[in-house]
Amino acid sequence: METNVNRLKFFHRRIAFITVIPPMIQKEQAEGIDKVPTGIPGFDEITYGGLPKGRTTLILGGAGSGKTVFALQTLVNGARDFGKPGIFVAFEENSKQIIANASTFGWDLEALEKEKLFFLDARMSPDLVMSGSFDLNGMLASIKAKADEMGATRIVFDSIDVLLTLLNDPVAERQELYRIHDWFSETGLTGIMTFRTGSDENSSERYGFMQFMADCVIALYHRMVDRISLREIRVIKYRGSSFSENEFPMVIGHHGIEIANIGLSEPEYEVFTDRVSTGVERLDSMLSGGYLRGSSILVTGAPGTAKSSLAGAFIEAACKRGERALYVSFDESANEIIRNMTSINIQLEPYVKSGVLRMYSARTEARSAEEHLMNIRRLIAEHKPRCIVIDPLSAMVKAGGHITALGAAERLIHLAKSNGITLLCTSLLEIRGSLTTEATEIRISTIADTWINLSYVPQGGERNRALTIVKSRGTRHSNQVRELILSNEGITLADVYTAGGEVLMGTLRFEREEADKQAEDHERLETESKKIELELGEAEINAKMQALKKQLEANRAEMARLSREDETRRTGGMKKLADLQRLRRAD
Amino acid sequence: MNSQSELINLRLYIAAGTPNSILAVSNLQAIVDEHLVGRHSMEVIDVLKEPSRAIADGVLITPTLVKLFPPPKVSIIGNLGDKVKVLCALDLGSEL
Repeated sequence: METNVNRLKFFHRRIAFITVIPPMIQKEQAEGIDKVPTGIPGFDEITYGGLPKGRTTLILGGAGSGKTVFALQTLVNGARDFGKPGIFVAFEENSKQIIANASTFGWDLEALEKEKLFFLDARMSPDLVMSGSFDLNGMLASIKAKADEMGATRIVFDSIDVLLTLLNDPVAERQELYRIHDWFSETGLTGIMTFRTGSDENSSERYGFMQFMADCVIALYHRMVDRISLREIRVIKYRGSSFSENEFPMVIGHHGIEIANIGLSEPEYEVFTDRVSTGVERLDSMLSGGYLRGSSILVTGAPGTAKSSLAGAFIEAACKRGERALYVSFDESANEIIRNMTSINIQLEPYVKSGVLRMYSARTEARSAEEHLMNIRRLIAEHKPRCIVIDPLSAMVKAGGHITALGAAERLIHLAKSNGITLLCTSLLEIRGSLTTEATEIRISTIADTWINLSYVPQGGERNRALTIVKSRGTRHSNQVRELILSNEGITLADVYTAGGEVLMGTLRFEREEADKQAEDHERLETESKKIELELGEAEINAKMQALKKQLEANRAEMARLSREDETRRTGGMKKLADLQRLRRAD
Repeated sequence: MNSQSELINLRLYIAAGTPNSILAVSNLQAIVDEHLVGRHSMEVIDVLKEPSRAIADGVLITPTLVKLFPPPKVSIIGNLGDKVKVLCALDLGSEL
């Protein structure tokens, strides 16, 4: 009987286990940690759900690393999107300054402030007098009362090191930190404390202790690489939960902090089999119909090899189909591009006006690759394009170091693919000596699906453009080099002439074409005359045949006459003989 | 002296029952008894009982002593163990 009960229990447990739970929630439940989402793009993915609920989170970082923004954004998102009011205790700045700063991110704090957000000015006046030790009992009691009054669940202390400095005693510091920590777990409030690192000599000691005490520690970094500012975020620890341990690029953009999550899962994209036109007829046929939808295309080449023109043709074709498109250019204004494109009969302006095409131009130097990527991400969300051109990608990734650049390029492709967007990137290819140097500095050529290389072929006093398809995944493509010709009609591709192992282009090709044409003409004429000659001959023969026929007929007539005469003669002879016999009365 | 003719208005914010607050009350009482008999008014606010008042007054740390009158307004943080500092802050340095 008992065994039956046990079996039944086991069975129940099995059922509970089998019930399908989304992976993220499953993880949380398995670890028994409740989390509060921060709503900061990318962060909740890294931590599988957000910050630990009812516990202390410490945000570490140097001056200007974005600690306050992170804390405030979590609070604002909570109040606005998750219905969780919050209290911001400001030790460093006054609340007016904070509200003003937040408005630059488009957060309307004044609207939220009425019931869902409360800013507590805790800035110490400069002429504050210290006499003996103090504690935070009163402060925590006041905050708790305020939290109860407004139903707040998220509390920010910005920044806690200001308060600790005031205590001026390592033992008291630890005591008060424990007090705060215990207070959070007792009240069930979710605490976020910012802590400025490297501010004074006590910093490292405090830093170590704070890290030990807090349940979740997040570090923000701000570095300069090649004169470009780079931000990164890393979760150092998270008690009772797994998290992604890497450093992630972070950007403080127009809408606050965004974290570039490289995608923790295996890539899984929607796969398309239809093709989108390249905008160049012959290129379409070289690629068995065009680029694969949702694929990434890399167009490389030296300056002036018509990379942008190829990109423009692709975008125009997309707009003609009525697909929304985005053209991102660097260091070249949208108007310039539109004007330049008209010279090769690519008309983009009508589509910009109708809203199908969005042109976006940026300065390379002004931002890091990550920031550019964030902007593109925002544009994708706003405009929802199906085709994108990044012209040139090399400019975008030049800013801010090689590793970042590589990562940014990869994430760009990932971003496009996960949205089913066909992405065409141009990239400058520094030609070192020979045409065979086929590699891009950013090595995106390995992850791009199609790689078209454009090059110059100097020959016979000319530079001509050559197009080759280096690779095209999932596409039977032509292996031939084609000459790319720009004219006011548009882009055309011409066959190149191979003579003695050398390709001929431009005037040489033209001359060769002319010579061939002449030779062909000559041959054609020759054939014509030969034909006529033969026809003449035939006519002659026919005439002769006619004459002979007549002669034959004449001969035959003669022959008939002769044989008739012969008959007459013979019958005449016989008759004569008979007559003679009769006359002679012969026996 | 000017300060002698006026009534000094003091307010002490405490978290009743905590060691620092208990000390602050007794330290202040001693100072008052010694230097301010008959020329002060004093109010003690228990933040644990009146938290909203502390927030409204912008006082978070306990104990805090605030001199409201005469101007300038002065805040003194801590258990008031350093008597000299307290007197100086209250502009009673001449009492020493």
